[in-house]
Amino acid sequence: METMKIHEITPSDLPWKLRYDANRCTLCGSCVAACSFRAIEPKVERRRMVFSEGDFPEPKTRFSAVPVIRQVHSIRNYCRGCGICEKVCPNDAIGPLRNVDTRHSIVTRCLGGDSIKRGGRKNLEATVRTLDRLRVGRISQMTDPSLDAQRHTFDMLAPFGRILPPGKLPFVVGDDGKLVASGQAPPVRWIYPVIIGDMSIGALSWRMWEGVAMATAYLNEVCGIPVRMCSGEGGVPMRLLKSKYLKYMILQIASGHFGWNRIIKAMPHMVEDPAGILIKIGQGAKPGDGGLLMAQKVAEHIQAIRGVPKTDLLSPPNHQGLYSIEESVQKMFLSFNAAFKFRVPVAIKVAASSTSVSVFNNLVRDPYNIVGGFFVDGIDGGTGAAHEVSLDHTGHPIVSKLRDCYLAAVTQGRQGQIPLWAGGGLGKTGDLAADAFKMICLGANGVFTGKLILQMAGCVGNDMGRCNACNTGLCPAGITTQEPALAHRLDPEKVAQNIVNYFLAMDQELKKLMGPIGNSSLPVGRSDALVSTDRAAAERLQIQYVC
Amino acid sequence: MCRIGAIKSLNYMHPSKALLLMQSQQEGHDNSGFAMVMHDLGGIFEGYKHLPTLSLACTDEGLKIAEDMLHAAGFSRVLQWVPETNNRPGLDINAMPNYVFETFNYPKHFREASKKDKEELLLDMRLQLRAALEDDELGYVYSFWPDVVTLKEIGDPRDIGTYFNLNESDSKFTAKVITAQCRQNTNYDIVRYAAHPFFLQGYTALANGENTFYQKNKELQRKLHRGYIGFESDSQCFLYSLHYVHRQLGWPLSYYKHVITPLPFEEIERREDKDPLLAIRQSLAHLEINGPNTIIGVLPDHTLFTCCDAKKLRPIVVGRSADTIVFSSEVCGINEVLPDRDREQDIYPNEREIVVIGSDLEVQRWRQ
Repeated sequence: METMKIHEITPSDLPWKLRYDANRCTLCGSCVAACSFRAIEPKVERRRMVFSEGDFPEPKTRFSAVPVIRQVHSIRNYCRGCGICEKVCPNDAIGPLRNVDTRHSIVTRCLGGDSIKRGGRKNLEATVRTLDRLRVGRISQMTDPSLDAQRHTFDMLAPFGRILPPGKLPFVVGDDGKLVASGQAPPVRWIYPVIIGDMSIGALSWRMWEGVAMATAYLNEVCGIPVRMCSGEGGVPMRLLKSKYLKYMILQIASGHFGWNRIIKAMPHMVEDPAGILIKIGQGAKPGDGGLLMAQKVAEHIQAIRGVPKTDLLSPPNHQGLYSIEESVQKMFLSFNAAFKFRVPVAIKVAASSTSVSVFNNLVRDPYNIVGGFFVDGIDGGTGAAHEVSLDHTGHPIVSKLRDCYLAAVTQGRQGQIPLWAGGGLGKTGDLAADAFKMICLGANGVFTGKLILQMAGCVGNDMGRCNACNTGLCPAGITTQEPALAHRLDPEKVAQNIVNYFLAMDQELKKLMGPIGNSSLPVGRSDALVSTDRAAAERLQIQYVC
Repeated sequence: MCRIGAIKSLNYMHPSKALLLMQSQQEGHDNSGFAMVMHDLGGIFEGYKHLPTLSLACTDEGLKIAEDMLHAAGFSRVLQWVPETNNRPGLDINAMPNYVFETFNYPKHFREASKKDKEELLLDMRLQLRAALEDDELGYVYSFWPDVVTLKEIGDPRDIGTYFNLNESDSKFTAKVITAQCRQNTNYDIVRYAAHPFFLQGYTALANGENTFYQKNKELQRKLHRGYIGFESDSQCFLYSLHYVHRQLGWPLSYYKHVITPLPFEEIERREDKDPLLAIRQSLAHLEINGPNTIIGVLPDHTLFTCCDAKKLRPIVVGRSADTIVFSSEVCGINEVLPDRDREQDIYPNEREIVVIGSDLEVQRWRQ
């Protein structure tokens, strides 16, 4: 008897196993054609059939070659559980099943000798989310009436830009008793309190990016909701840079400076200022690590926008020219402020960390007043590509960190001077309005979200290891790929429609949360409106504990 | 819900008028207290308008501590008036043993000081007195300011009136501006400091309704000025914002309205003065109020004004005769004080205006 080969990869080693019913399969081939990971393939099996033809049982045996579908046994082309095969199968003959006994995390490292990379979010879920243990518990009922969310008018905008303390405003009382300008103040834009987070045109397919940009323009121009979209690191198409829609875009610069050559060249041709500049120092999903765009996604148009060859594009973990916070303030912020002649607010995005408050304090005390926003990104944030160990094991939750930053400002009487924007797993349960509202009550001026936008567009990935293949360039939904065949699975107009509708729903829901606390403007810092059913969280966040 | 009221007159009037104004509205409040601030004093205080008067409710020990501290600081007493009290059995009043109004001369080295220096001294002195008397509830220092007296008590306003003989009009204890309110705080503990009107450096404010942005207001105000303390009531925030905007920033009163109830962004964009209005909304976002409130305020020059939250969720009526203006939560209060006025002249202010009464009683309505 031949010795068994224990080291061969079989489906039981992989995270997903195929459920396949040969009796239902018509061999149409749709699943094989649709599987972007090439994780299934046709195969011919030798089948033994016992049959009897006469009036009395006379069992005979026949062998035949039968075409079937089978799962590829490979750590390269393994099933990600995306379920596209199930989606396209006309007969419900195939679909992925989660393999609870998977050895994937071990065998991949053993065979590859390399760290595991993937996209998505942190996949380790140990506890209930803090935000889901908070409730809007202070309800206006008698002495202060609730507002009617359908009939009342609400003023729901958030600042993006440095806000001066009242004593430093450049106004003097004129002869007529009115305040008149006596100098210049930093630019501040009042925008919708939910920013479409920074996802680059390299990470997303051009059709996805176009769909998001269309949604942003539609929300602004037709719905009157001033939503801003951040470009992510990786540049912006020239056509958009020169268009009037640039005013809805926040341009991001990160440590790789990808795409900025083109942006700078386009500046003389810009007909509108961008909505803002976001300097990315860190990202919640992979703190201490730079951007990562795998070579397989560096398509021709990406090479053109970024001015690079087809190769892995790694942004360094930090901005190489920066030595300290003080230097970053002087050098980077000032140069970007100056580049747009002090008309465009410049903000910073950092990964939430035990040290975030120190960074924030340094910026808030900067005497030049040039940092126009502090974006804090928590561990539950998503990414297009990162090392799994970073995704799962590094980072800091956003809720308490945002609260810490806000309270640090309160301690100094400087709340609101650098607007606080929070992100990282907000809307993870699909309910962004509730998450945004609670974060605002805890002190955020607004929130940003990225992964949820992908899910609006049709991303099938989740936080339990489903798909998470954004890094491979083989996104089965056409969202994070540069393969034309895959990208064309995605209808940009449908993407835009879904995003617009979600924002309209969320806008309603935000009002439904503001009405009961009797507020028509955003309750920034109104932690008295929240209660917690978790004593430790209540104590940590300085809100009321209820049971 | 609180009922609030104010009277401003060309002539000195006795606080019995304020009690009259408030008592007809008693169904709307819970008769849990009475508080008033009198500006522009007549009667026995008329000759001492330039000197600070201390309004103090205290124990015997508290009185001694306060007087010793004032003397140690160089203040010398020039007038003391202790209201005669009528402590007959059965009155619903929780009075402190002593209620004194004492007028002091400034310390010698301050007599030639600037007005501002004197004002800072008076505030510091009041804060020190308050801190010294706080333990064991030795006393409550309501105001220490020229031409202003304050009275606050816990109990039924009628009984408080009886106790202090406020129902009998006389010419000794009078003022041209009186603001009053008849309820203790409901949100937090019943403490004497929590009853409005509140007073700080010449400014008085009282309000009804709940300040839903109390926490936001409070968290910022705590860091803005040493006098912004206590916060026993969410309505103190209105006073502190008034003091900050008008005194500390030196902005005209019209901007107070822009700070506490900023215009919607859409409206600001259409305004000629959009730059300052937007800057105010940005920089003072944490002083915004979001209702439901009506505020009555008095400025150091005795200007009386009222304004509401941006949703106009609390009422206020302004009635007037030739020599008197009355603000009241309910019109029945004005009917008591000015029964013969022309009621068609009554003003029901809207959510976007401030009604301002200057020294000549001219009524100005400023649209925000």
